[in-house]
Amino acid sequence: MAESKKSKEPRGKVFINSELCKGCGFCIEFCPTNVLEFSNTFNSKGYHPPAAARPENCTGCDLCGIYCPDFAIFGILMKAVA
Amino acid sequence: MEPKNPVVDYLRMDRIPHIWCPGCGLGTVVNCFVRAIKTCDIPRDLISVVSGIGCTGRMAGYLKLDSFHTTHGRPIPFATGLKLANPKLKVIVCSGDGDLFSIGGNHFIHAARRNTDMTIICVNNFTYGMTGGQVTPTTPIEAIASTTPYGNTEEPFNLSHLAESAGAVYVARWTTFHVRQLIKSIKEAVQKSGFSFVEIISPCPTLYGRRNKLGDGLEMMRAFKEKSTVRNGADTREVGLDFKGGIVCGKFIDRERPTYLERYNERMTARLGASYKPYEGVL
Amino acid sequence: MKADPKGVMTGAHFLDGDHACCEGALAAGCRFVAGYPITPSTEVVERIAARFPAVGGMFIQMEDEIASSIAIQGAVWAGAKAMTVTSGPGFSLMMEHIGLAAMLETPCVFVNVQRGGPSTGLPTLPGQADMMQARWGSHGDYEVIAFCPNSPQECFDLTIEAFNMAEIYRVPVMLMLDECVGHMTEKVVIPEADAIEIAERRFTGAKPGEYLPYETNGNWVPPMVKAGDGHYFHMTGLTHDERGYPVMNAEAQEKCVHRIVNKIRENADAIVRLREAEIEDADVVVVSYGITSRVALKAISMAQAEGIKVGHMRLVTAWPFPENRIRRLADQGKAFVMPELNYGQMYLELERVVQGRTRSLLVPHGGGTVHDPEVIYRKIKEAVQ
Ligand code: SF4
Repeated sequence: MAESKKSKEPRGKVFINSELCKGCGFCIEFCPTNVLEFSNTFNSKGYHPPAAARPENCTGCDLCGIYCPDFAIFGILMKAVA
Repeated sequence: MEPKNPVVDYLRMDRIPHIWCPGCGLGTVVNCFVRAIKTCDIPRDLISVVSGIGCTGRMAGYLKLDSFHTTHGRPIPFATGLKLANPKLKVIVCSGDGDLFSIGGNHFIHAARRNTDMTIICVNNFTYGMTGGQVTPTTPIEAIASTTPYGNTEEPFNLSHLAESAGAVYVARWTTFHVRQLIKSIKEAVQKSGFSFVEIISPCPTLYGRRNKLGDGLEMMRAFKEKSTVRNGADTREVGLDFKGGIVCGKFIDRERPTYLERYNERMTARLGASYKPYEGVL
Repeated sequence: MKADPKGVMTGAHFLDGDHACCEGALAAGCRFVAGYPITPSTEVVERIAARFPAVGGMFIQMEDEIASSIAIQGAVWAGAKAMTVTSGPGFSLMMEHIGLAAMLETPCVFVNVQRGGPSTGLPTLPGQADMMQARWGSHGDYEVIAFCPNSPQECFDLTIEAFNMAEIYRVPVMLMLDECVGHMTEKVVIPEADAIEIAERRFTGAKPGEYLPYETNGNWVPPMVKAGDGHYFHMTGLTHDERGYPVMNAEAQEKCVHRIVNKIRENADAIVRLREAEIEDADVVVVSYGITSRVALKAISMAQAEGIKVGHMRLVTAWPFPENRIRRLADQGKAFVMPELNYGQMYLELERVVQGRTRSLLVPHGGGTVHDPEVIYRKIKEAVQ
């Protein structure tokens, strides 16, 4: 099962607006499939925004988007992107 | 085309980034609020948001809806005038624990008693953030605030029980960790006819968390996750909050009572007869 | 626009000032009233409560005066014309929301049937000691308009004027009755609806998305919107810019305050209402308002009987204060006598304008009853000595 999933296209995709991020880490913590990590880069306010370290895991559930207090991230289903 | 964040159409993006601290739960509340509103069966034009003063009081100002940032403690009577002058409006009050239950406590119980058709969303972070972290009527006993430097000694309000006792027809509590349940509850509350109340336990890392050694916003969110239990229909007498104790969440009350206007029109019709045209607004 | 006949009780009636005020509000198109019981103003809302269901109005007795004074503002932003009614202690509680109305530029009417104060004072007896509070009671800088009827007829007429002024200038308007005028019963003639001129609310013609709440386009008073029309507008009691958004700096503050103050100051001559008699060749002018203006007439005729040239100026509007007129009279060398049921409130304004160029004398009174005309008469004599 896990094998077949991996070989497939990811189901979802996250979009990050780094400039709006205040680095609270909610999205990273509560992403159910552990897609996100703090990046090493700073935004102009000096926060580390998240980055999709494991984009292939993204299901497009948008939980990161719901948690984000700064409207800096959201996830969508691949179907919707295409 | 680059896809768009699903909430930004409902925000005044020309005012974002907002003033709230990193790790504050208020942005998450706004986020959930917009998602709830978007899926409601109420036309956007008819929704009005009214806030008082404080960190939560700034909510109205970020929402791209008809929105009113009023005076400290008084969003409910403002909302009462708005609603009664035009009952077609869906009026939602978003304010904090200090605004709604200290300075504005009297208005809350009377609006609940009347069953005025409005939704009250109270972001309860146990403190006055805007003024630097003073004690509020929901601060748990023992908790440190800038005006209780040795720990609070006053019994806090159990907001759910207060709301039920005063007459609210819908009472729910969630934390900012429970985003999906929260969205559902806000939606239910807004669609409910009568006085509905949603309490949202939210982290104020800057002024409540730090002073009480509860960590940053993320750590406070983790604590919400660990310490909360969902008990829909729980007896509201039993859901009071202790310092660092468990948090009972859920939809506690969902009942029917005639609204202020329903009773008003019924009474006037009974007394004044056919000559009385049921009140539907001043216009 | 003409008054809606539904609210106009055309005919000659025998009414007290409080009831006449209620009828004035109905004629003016007021359809939302929030209030809290307080002597000697309660009769206004009692009559409103009885009259409103038939005309499609909504009266609500709120939990206190604080709530009443902001509920009316919610109603205004939903499109209603609205007022609240109170007396001294309740008026004190309303102060913050007079400031809110000034800041948001919410047209609304506050009726204060003045009694003796301070504190609980004399609930059933007259005073005129809330005059400065009406002007300065809320914190910060702003201007208001205040009317002082001296008869039930004027309670009717000036309530309509108050609503009209509120709309024209988007300002809270105070209707400063006193217990005597509120409880005095006289003939009140209510004209036909089409003889009553009503100032309509000026709504924007801008399409949703284009409206800026505080964009004035060179005028003093910007047009309004109401909730539910799709403008997604924002109102805040914070200092704000054209968009209605909070802006926390001195520049925005200056712009905000400049306009809410000067839209009244620059139009003061158009707002001020005075009634004058025998002023032209007078040596002394008695300036008074409300019930005191009726007592003053007696004192004036006593002085005139002795050949003293006394004129009478009645402040129909107390705020804005008729500076220009008073200044001109002072320039002509006329002396002033001012009786009021307080220890010197509007008198301070008189002194400020006269600037010691001629004599200006106060006839103070603690309230609880009206002046003895004899006392006013003696001051008139003193003024011409
Ligand atoms: S002070 Fe507290 S409540 Fe206010 S924005 Fe900061 S974290 Fe949020």
